[in-house]
Amino acid sequence: MTYAFYIASAIAIAATVRVITGTHAIHALLYLVVSFLAVAMIFLILGAPFAAALEVIVYAGAVLVLFVFVMMMLNPGPRSVVRERRWLTPEIWVGPVILTAVLLAELIWVMTGGGVLLPGELVSPKRTGASLFGPYILGVEMASVLLLAGLVGAYHLAHDLGRRREDEEEGGSRQ
Amino acid sequence: MSAIPVEHGLILAAVLFALGVAGVLIRRDVLFILLSLEIMLNAAALAFVVAGARWLQPDGQVMFVFILAVAAAEVSVGLALILWMYSWHKTLDIDCASKMRG
Repeated sequence: MTYAFYIASAIAIAATVRVITGTHAIHALLYLVVSFLAVAMIFLILGAPFAAALEVIVYAGAVLVLFVFVMMMLNPGPRSVVRERRWLTPEIWVGPVILTAVLLAELIWVMTGGGVLLPGELVSPKRTGASLFGPYILGVEMASVLLLAGLVGAYHLAHDLGRRREDEEEGGSRQ
Repeated sequence: MSAIPVEHGLILAAVLFALGVAGVLIRRDVLFILLSLEIMLNAAALAFVVAGARWLQPDGQVMFVFILAVAAAEVSVGLALILWMYSWHKTLDIDCASKMRG
């Protein structure tokens, strides 16, 4: 268990260094996924399976997919196909693949009884949920209001953006 | 969770946070700055979970859920602003957005 923690920590730090020193945004996103997966592994080792699942679903899943969508909107056009083919070379994906392979081996080792946590050593999702909707219920409401504010803000900005693009297209056709 | 010292978990969180700060400071691409902000939020969440695991209390994971909500709200608005900035300046260089217009 101890070794698994240090290996996952090394993977998280290495992947994060590659994120902040990367030049291509897609490569940085790929390494950031690896970094978040490593942090999820650490949560699992620390006895927080609920946090580990949320880390994979929300951070590595939803948030980074949003980033990928924005990347796609910023780089439209047919030349993206050529670039995609050029980017999909082994030297680009081999780094993240090695890091995730180590993480997978570690996960299999932990799952097959390399160091299973006793029930007393982990904080179960049940206790977390009971705490979330017990003493922290006000915080949950505040988080929902915050998410609503984020939704309204993003909608407002995107709405104006769409109108601005339409105006530009109309202006271009008039000239 | 006695096998792993709590200091090591906190050191890892501190290293990840420092990497995020370094990313914000050294990059000029606004997309990378937003990614570095995500790294910093994630490091803060890691510190909470480490502390929660140390005392075997669910509060750490509860704070993790709240940080997750903050990160999700922040990234949605931030990415909308990035798209807005790209349509305005045709670049993602943060220095181009240094002037405010009232």
